[in-house]
Amino acid sequence: MSTTTPEITDENPVTPEAPAAPNRGPARRRGERGLLGSLASHGILTVASLIALFPIAWLLFLSLGPDKDDYLHPGGIWSKMTFDNYSFVLQHTNFFDWLKSSLIVSLGTTVVGVLVAATTGYAVSRMRFPGYKKLMWVLLVTQMFPIAVLIVPMYQILSDLQLIDTYLGLIVVYCSTAVPYSAWLLKGYFDTIPFEIDEAGRVDGLSPFGTFTRLILPLAKPGLAVAAFYNFITAFGEVAFASTFMLDDSKYTFAVGLQSFVSEHDAQRNLMAATAVLVAIPVSAFFYLVQKNLVAGLTAGGTKG
Amino acid sequence: MTVAIDRATGKRRGDAPRPGLGQRLKHGFQKHWYAYAMIAPVVVVLGVLVIYPLVYGLYLTLTDANSLNTARTIGVNHIDATYKFIGLDNYKDILFGPTSYDRFWSHFIWTIVWTALCVALHYGIGLGLALLLNQKLRGRTFYRLVLILPWAVPTFVTVFGWRFMLADGGIINSFLHTLHLPAPDWLEDTFWQRFAAIMVNTWCGVPFMMVSLLGGLQSIDASLYEAAEMDGANAWQRFRYVTLPGLRSVSSTVVLLGVIWTFNQFAVIFLLFGSTAPDAQILVTWAYYLGFGQQPRDFAQSAAYGILLLAILIVFTSFYRRWLNRNEQQLAI
Repeated sequence: MSTTTPEITDENPVTPEAPAAPNRGPARRRGERGLLGSLASHGILTVASLIALFPIAWLLFLSLGPDKDDYLHPGGIWSKMTFDNYSFVLQHTNFFDWLKSSLIVSLGTTVVGVLVAATTGYAVSRMRFPGYKKLMWVLLVTQMFPIAVLIVPMYQILSDLQLIDTYLGLIVVYCSTAVPYSAWLLKGYFDTIPFEIDEAGRVDGLSPFGTFTRLILPLAKPGLAVAAFYNFITAFGEVAFASTFMLDDSKYTFAVGLQSFVSEHDAQRNLMAATAVLVAIPVSAFFYLVQKNLVAGLTAGGTKG
Repeated sequence: MTVAIDRATGKRRGDAPRPGLGQRLKHGFQKHWYAYAMIAPVVVVLGVLVIYPLVYGLYLTLTDANSLNTARTIGVNHIDATYKFIGLDNYKDILFGPTSYDRFWSHFIWTIVWTALCVALHYGIGLGLALLLNQKLRGRTFYRLVLILPWAVPTFVTVFGWRFMLADGGIINSFLHTLHLPAPDWLEDTFWQRFAAIMVNTWCGVPFMMVSLLGGLQSIDASLYEAAEMDGANAWQRFRYVTLPGLRSVSSTVVLLGVIWTFNQFAVIFLLFGSTAPDAQILVTWAYYLGFGQQPRDFAQSAAYGILLLAILIVFTSFYRRWLNRNEQQLAI
């Protein structure tokens, strides 16, 4: 997108895509660029930041308008800005029920996913056994299951087991994706821990399980945390299964509850915006706290073979 | 025990002549039982939660199950299932039956276009922004933090933000109106629905690409750029012959992930349009609509769509890996 910026300042065409600007003159050092070049970079980044920010800022702004049709004439909001929507949402809707459901389901998925996946991640990172390739292939393929593959049979099975509209049912469904993904992610992290540590443990007389629990697990805490965050965020934001399997509106997760503000008959958009903001703030704060690790973990899982 | 370090030593196995099957199994078990014990939890979970439903789903696609003839409990009455086996008729009907173009092929084409455009936009914009962020720049951290915002906020929240903006008389149309541009019906007209869906999904997906590619850029050795510069390479040549090859393994991975995620993207289209836009539904949301969005719910056809989708993805992934292998690139998986 940035190649179109005209930037031919000296005899060298300086495109912002070049990580280090060419500089024949002795005055400029490597990695520094012309004034125009850095202005263009700042310009593009500012525009991109505004685009990234605007829809969320707009949601925040609309949530302050007291009337449900305020989104059509936003100019009027300035004069009647109020926090009424928030107090209404907190006091008169199922907000806290939804919060409870979301937390139970997401945390349940996180714990089960990481616990079940940890040993497997280690095994596929360190050991070669007959069936290794098949297992890796299954782990990969399950990650690309479209929800459409599992949703119908899961619905039938869960209704046979009377698990529709229960937290346990939803956790079970989420684990079908969380477990293989966590195993995959953890394998990537375990791969970055040197093999010499295992060998040292072995020389000192630890069994493979001992090596895993006493040496590798403590070292892998950041990796475990990343897998946990990722499971949490994925389960928290899941829409399709939650919309289908949760029927009672006190058991909705946020992803379903938010939809319930807009029905065919009535659209309480102001309340919806307020709820959306209330959900978004803690989740994004959490995301920002962990994002450094998350990114490092994802790329470690993604780039090391 | 050499089991755990055979990767480190790179010792080859299988040089000796193969013993009989029984003996091999026994020997294999003795040698690898640690590994099998460790993978057991995941294998059990996958077997129960993935393989069993998958097989059950496959069976359903061979029947005419829908919400009227499956087993269900209404109040205290339990009604037994009455659906019957009809072989491959569902697949035949979906792929070649009457109106199969409207029901399957039009969605299929749109899904391909959607995936290709979204991934191209994600990758292109993500790479551009990553390159901008990878230079010495005042406020780099600030830009980075703002730019990952669409990833930080859950999709189901941001899509509703977009819905407010795209609505009739919403901010985007008011803005276009003040510029004296035509204001399209974003949420009603098919072309604009598709346009809006791609726009929203691009907005949601760029941060992941940007961050992954930025990680890839930072791992490229700076001395390569120095060497290229010494040899007189200009900016474009350095980008083409140093940056792109250096990004290859990250790129092949994130593109594959991007294709899979976009192909399976449910939340954006489902939340943006609900069931109001039959023509803007990609295959995943369309399958969901068949199974759960209409009455009676057509479980068999919905499951058959699911199996077809999975088949498409598996074929694509196999070709992608083969293509990468032919170009001697290592996919990170």
